[in-house]
Amino acid sequence: MLVRPKDGILDPQGRAVERSLRQLGFGVVEARVGRVIDLDVDAATVEEARSEAERMCERLLANPLIESYEIAVEAAGR
Amino acid sequence: MSEPRPRIAVLVFPGSNDDYDAAWALSALGAEPVAVWHAERELPRVEAVVLPGGFSYGDYLRAGAIARFAPAMEAVAAFAAGGGPVLGICNGFQILCEAGLLPGVLRPNESLSFVCRDVAVRVERTDTPFTSRCAEGQRLVVPVKHGEGCFHADEELLAELEAAGQVVLRYEPGENPNGSVADVAAVASATGNVLGLMPHPEHAVDPLLGSGDGGLLLASLVDAARERLYARA
Repeated sequence: MLVRPKDGILDPQGRAVERSLRQLGFGVVEARVGRVIDLDVDAATVEEARSEAERMCERLLANPLIESYEIAVEAAGR
Repeated sequence: MSEPRPRIAVLVFPGSNDDYDAAWALSALGAEPVAVWHAERELPRVEAVVLPGGFSYGDYLRAGAIARFAPAMEAVAAFAAGGGPVLGICNGFQILCEAGLLPGVLRPNESLSFVCRDVAVRVERTDTPFTSRCAEGQRLVVPVKHGEGCFHADEELLAELEAAGQVVLRYEPGENPNGSVADVAAVASATGNVLGLMPHPEHAVDPLLGSGDGGLLLASLVDAARERLYARA
C-alpha cells in the first residue's frame, strides 16, 4: 500500500524535502512524502487480498480525512 | 474538605507520560484520580475520563492511530455516548480524533519542529464541562509540547464547527505554535461532553510553575464530575 497526504493537505515533510532538493540544485516543483506498507497476506485470490488491503487502509493504515491510498497486489505463487 | 471527591479515570497507554501529572493535578483540585490501563475492557465507576499526553505506541503510523483500538477505548466511547465528560490532552486529543469521538485530525506541526513553550489561548465558550470556571474571552497561559498538534479540518467541516461553536479555545493572535487551522487549540464534540486540546492544563496548576491557568480548566472538569456524583446519589 502507498499512503500519502491528499492533494491540498499541508505536507510539512514534503515541503522540507522539496526545499532541500532545490538547495542541492534539483529542479523540483513539489515533493510529497507518503509511506509504503508491504504486507505478506494469506489469501485465496488476488481479489481477496486486495479487498482485505482496502479494509486495512480504511480502518487503520490511512486516515481518510487527510490521506489517500493505492494498493498493488502480487500473487506470491505458493 | 467537606465536598466529596469525584473519581476521574486517567487512561494509561504504553507511552503515556503525563498520566502522573494529570492525576496529581486532578487530586490537587479535589478529585480522586483512578489510573486505568489501556487493556481494561471496562471503566471502574468514575464521573469523568481524562486521556493524558504522551506518545502512545510511539506515535507510530499516525499519532493516536493505534491507541484508538485499545480495549479501554470502547469503554470510553460508551461512557462518552452516555454523556460522561471526556477530556483528551495532547496525545489524548489525537487519540479522540482518530477514534472519531472528536472531529478533525492532528497533523505534524507546520514548522516540523517540536514546540515546547507557554502559549496564550482565548476562551471562546464557558458553557462546557471544561471551561465553566473561565470567563468568556479570558486569556489563559498554558504550555504546549508536541510535534503533531496542527489541527486540520477541511473548509466544510471547519465552517460546521464554527457555526456550532465547537471551537472552545483558540490560540491568541501570533501565538499559534503549530499551524492549526483557524488557530484552533481545543475542539468539543457536537454534544459538548468530549473535549480535546493541545495545551497541557495539568502543567499549569500551581502558579509556582509560571501559571495556574490550566487549573481553571481541570477544576471545571472536577466540578462537572462532582455534579454527576450528586446526580447519581
